[in-house]
Amino acid sequence: MTPNPSVATLRARFGASVVRSAVVLGDTIVVVAADRSHEILAWLRDDPDERYDYLVDVTAVEYRDRELPLEVVYQLRSLPRNACLRVKIALAKDADLVVDSVVDLWPGANWLEREVWDMFGVRFRGHPDLRRLLMWETYDEGHPLRKDFPLRGRFSRSEQVRRALGADLRAHYSLEELSIAEAAAALPADLRARLAAAPPTDPR
Amino acid sequence: MELTPPGGRGMPAPPDARSGFVSPNWLTTRLDDLVNWSRANSLWPMAFGTACCAIEFMATAASRFDLARFGMERVAYSPRQADVLICAGRLPFKLAPVIRRVWDQMPQPKWCISMGACASTGGIFDNYAMVQGIDTIVPVDVYVPGCPPRPEGLLYGILMLQKKIKGETLFDPELRVEQLADERGLFLEPTTVDELSEPFGNSVHQTRSA
Repeated sequence: MTPNPSVATLRARFGASVVRSAVVLGDTIVVVAADRSHEILAWLRDDPDERYDYLVDVTAVEYRDRELPLEVVYQLRSLPRNACLRVKIALAKDADLVVDSVVDLWPGANWLEREVWDMFGVRFRGHPDLRRLLMWETYDEGHPLRKDFPLRGRFSRSEQVRRALGADLRAHYSLEELSIAEAAAALPADLRARLAAAPPTDPR
Repeated sequence: MELTPPGGRGMPAPPDARSGFVSPNWLTTRLDDLVNWSRANSLWPMAFGTACCAIEFMATAASRFDLARFGMERVAYSPRQADVLICAGRLPFKLAPVIRRVWDQMPQPKWCISMGACASTGGIFDNYAMVQGIDTIVPVDVYVPGCPPRPEGLLYGILMLQKKIKGETLFDPELRVEQLADERGLFLEPTTVDELSEPFGNSVHQTRSA
């Protein structure tokens, strides 16, 4: 099975920052260094020979073997070239789990990175709104998909019920989700002027 | 309300399961019959459908099985106008305050049917995200087993609830107690919640740390 030609170009351009690559079941996987990951992903998106314009998924993998690092996985797809590439970042588990956010490259990464933060506790540097996505915002038991997370949660069932019943229903929706800040430019001028005079308050 | 035992003064009151409750006289019995008959035959369900059980609930309400035959003509998607809460499907902790709010909004008298294995016990979802039985959140009258229960099963549960309603009496104060949260924010004792949430069946082979 021949690897994706992007790997050779990546190696030529970024050298040691491309840690290793492999072909598994026809899919090319390339592991890159965390400190240059944003640069590499931006190049993969923008280079006229690469054009990976579609970020299919951002996820993370924690292996059962404790010595193996936690991996953040980006599944890229080039629609014009009809090509796929899987980019991984290996993070040592005893260090801070931080990678650069790619929301500025692919806006669709926003909720994907929030989900990875929620489930694995990987923080994304530069994310505009890094909050939990699936669990509620006051969830205090940790990150459920980590291997050290007990299946039934860290608290007793009664404590879980107590905390759940004490949750504020309105807090599930944040001001950021309800705000029209991103659509502000498309708003009529008079509405924009009124919003500037009296900005919406946080419902919480 | 002072209730005299049947047969007048001097007769010993018949033993009753509920403490301090004496069988009512002829008039209230007849009144009970009338009220219970009308209540049992005009149950308006508030469907709280969260998963595949809700599909079976829809089938139950649709023409083939026809819930309306049993007085549930109107599925009230407003808790303010509902009599029986039917929780159809698994309930994650994130939805626990929602179903509690819905239950609190329903006017008395009200009943609750827990439909399916997940609503009743947590089912296969013995994990960090799922309420292990909605009876830790709201009081449940009838549990309908099944994964999901067939429409016949739900209908049988509804008939059981109707039978239960026909056995109630207007003067039993325990039936109308609002279960409000105590200062801990729970509606049951924490030990009771833990006990209700205990794993059973195949789940006991999973350890808490697994």
